[in-house]
Amino acid sequence: MTIAMPAPDAQVIAQRPQIVAALRAVLPADAVIDDPHETRAYECDALTAYRCPPLAVVLPRTTAEVAAAMRVSHGLGVPVVPRGAGTSLAGGALPTADCVILGTMRLNAFLDIDLANRYVRVQSGVTNLSVSAELEPLGFFYAPDPSSQLACTIAGNIAMNSGGAHCLKYGVTTNNLLGATVVLTTGEIIELGGPEPGPAGLDLLGVLCGSEGQLGVVTEATLRILPRPEGARPVLIGFDSPEVAGECVANIIRSGVLPVAIEYMDEPCLRAVESFAKAGYPDCPAVLIVEVEGSKAEIDDQIARIRAIADALNPVEFRESRNADESLAIWKGRKSAFGAMGRLGDYICLDGTVPVGQLPHTLRRIGELSRQHGLEVANVFHAGDGNMHPLILFDANTPGDLARAEAFGADILRLCVEVGGCLTGEHGVGVEKRDLMGDQYDPDDLAIQMQVKDVFDPGWLLNPAKVFPLEASAAHRAHTAPLAAAE
Amino acid sequence: MTVVTDLAPATETEVAAILSECHARRRPVRILGGGTRVENRTLGEPLSLSRLSGVVTYSPGEMTLIARPGTPLPQILAMLAAENQTLAFEPPDMRAILGRSGTPTLGGMVAANAGGPRRILAGACRDHLLGVRFVDGQGRILKNGGRVMKNVTGLDLSKLLAGSHGTLGVLTEVALKTLPLSPARTTLAFPGVDDTTALRIFTAALSTPYDVSGAAHVGGTAYLRIEGLDGQRAYRRDRLLALLAEYRPEVVDDAPWDAIRDVTHFVGGGPLWRILCRPTDAPGLCAGLRAMGGDCSLDWGGGLIWYRGPGHPRALAPHATLIRRADAVGPAFPPLPGAVARIQDGLRRSFDPAGILNPGLMASDATGA
Repeated sequence: MTIAMPAPDAQVIAQRPQIVAALRAVLPADAVIDDPHETRAYECDALTAYRCPPLAVVLPRTTAEVAAAMRVSHGLGVPVVPRGAGTSLAGGALPTADCVILGTMRLNAFLDIDLANRYVRVQSGVTNLSVSAELEPLGFFYAPDPSSQLACTIAGNIAMNSGGAHCLKYGVTTNNLLGATVVLTTGEIIELGGPEPGPAGLDLLGVLCGSEGQLGVVTEATLRILPRPEGARPVLIGFDSPEVAGECVANIIRSGVLPVAIEYMDEPCLRAVESFAKAGYPDCPAVLIVEVEGSKAEIDDQIARIRAIADALNPVEFRESRNADESLAIWKGRKSAFGAMGRLGDYICLDGTVPVGQLPHTLRRIGELSRQHGLEVANVFHAGDGNMHPLILFDANTPGDLARAEAFGADILRLCVEVGGCLTGEHGVGVEKRDLMGDQYDPDDLAIQMQVKDVFDPGWLLNPAKVFPLEASAAHRAHTAPLAAAE
Repeated sequence: MTVVTDLAPATETEVAAILSECHARRRPVRILGGGTRVENRTLGEPLSLSRLSGVVTYSPGEMTLIARPGTPLPQILAMLAAENQTLAFEPPDMRAILGRSGTPTLGGMVAANAGGPRRILAGACRDHLLGVRFVDGQGRILKNGGRVMKNVTGLDLSKLLAGSHGTLGVLTEVALKTLPLSPARTTLAFPGVDDTTALRIFTAALSTPYDVSGAAHVGGTAYLRIEGLDGQRAYRRDRLLALLAEYRPEVVDDAPWDAIRDVTHFVGGGPLWRILCRPTDAPGLCAGLRAMGGDCSLDWGGGLIWYRGPGHPRALAPHATLIRRADAVGPAFPPLPGAVARIQDGLRRSFDPAGILNPGLMASDATGA
């Protein structure tokens, strides 16, 4: 355990029976969980190295029930940790011992599908994949497609501003979110945005999206939907060096062809994938998967352009899918990459972004850092937008190995910032990258973000100990809380 | 104490010095880019950003542009076009409808979150804004976001700054995503259609996967724009011609997309309102607006109504924003619901405690300009 969490509030814990009773008084009986055997299921998210059972769990079914739970928590001064499906890799839903977990899993209704205006209205606990599944027979889809889309919820997607493999063309959650019903920490319900294209005042929806549960709890969302493309086809391109693969990415982007996805896998990842999935990938240091969309003629035209760009760089192999089975085969290795790596041992999945032109340099430096830290790393990521996912392999049963892996990861993220990128492209800060925020932002940059939180959540009861370094938030609170109390 | 005499800073440090002094003296400033957009509605001494100009970095292979706010927009667009790229959200030029001279700037574009017809396909300016540097109302130099397309590190204040009309800070540097310029465009025109028919055409066309990049209705003609590589355009055109044959489309090469973007059909002649709505509500709203005695046009597939004429459009559309005042009275920005107004006011106080940045503009109460 190298990431510190604050000591829980003993007074809150002492009031546990009263808190649970107050929640039971306003919520249906099955919506409040306080049996320690059951609350244990909520002790962590996908950052499983960190665990802490919450004080209680509430599972509301409506916006009104969320508001009621928030009013109780606010009245009693109890922190609230919102939780979607618990798939955060950054510890975004890690509980504290004095918190109530507010789970969105029962907020799972489809409220409206409006094809003429091209939006859907859903309760926020529906899963990402179920939105597109619901729309498929109607010829539409919802664009953001994080790899956890089978499980993750729209609420979690909005909290983390989730991306996915296809965001090169379609953007991330913030570009596809039209409106939201939000419950504030006081229990007050507000509507932001809506089906009309743009806010009336400041873009509050824009700052709410990606705020990691720091500002409010989203209970309903209006999502932009798009007509499904006529077809899609991937190509696989192998190169004998990461640098040339990086050059190919930049040349494709510059050419005017806009693929929906450009994915990159390096040698350690390819080896793991080959032994696990037998995808038949070429044996070479770098592979790109590039996918384009459109009608058959459009796809042929775009692939011809990509082939010309790749051929100029002497690829080891250029494999174009000729049918649906071959498309699946090309994607098979990429989609099984995380599972394949998991067979090799424990790993940490990082999420920094670098400018695309810095990819070759960054990959070289990661290789050097890997030797320095004595830990293996594999790279598989969204190359078109520079969003890297280095996977650091370690052994959780070896004492000190997790700490070494975390130190290596921190060095990689600092490298991302150093070359002009950022700490996290789509997973969020959570607790995982909280203490690195000072590497990307100056104290004043963090102060203004904390002042925005002050406006939405003056008592700092929402999702404590996430996003902002503990010392920074403690110093900020020591300064501002007395002022707020005096007002 | 030094007296600020020259409010035309050439560096970020100078902006900070000026605002820190204005904050201390509670002296309001009126922020000016090219002076092309916002009418003289706010108090305060003019703070011109024309000298805070120039491109910091442009990397076509990374689709990234970083530049200072006073950089003239035409210069930026020409530089991008030389690399076959553009700002895909199609920033409009408001000079004609506002009767202003001057040159549109990058900072003004971001502050207004400006976007043209391609909004339906590519999003607004805020969707292409990767990061900002700005100076807040206390003179603090701040940054948020960065220069990469995927970035969820901390709260996304760039979204707040886009469209804040200078009320939260003075932009000193903006990073924007650039995109490939379409080699050509094709337009389908549908002459002699009313609002309801235009909306039917838009709904049908925007439910196809043909990447329609403009859907507008001006002067009784509906227009659909198709862009893309040569083969793509021809294919999409033929598909849409077949799909919409009953509305008798014509293929035109010189469709007035720049004029539609800049709303030049409503130059002069009284108050001009901008109304965002659910597209299928547009025909009904237009009927009500025309009954007030003015005229309407549609953009964004019906999601944007321009209304020129007398009356009080907010009676029909609470979200209406007054773009050109002429003889209209009342606040330009629409009123906000109580809790939302309280949050907006709270944010303004955090970014600008002394209320010196474009005071009155975007205000959430009836006193606002």
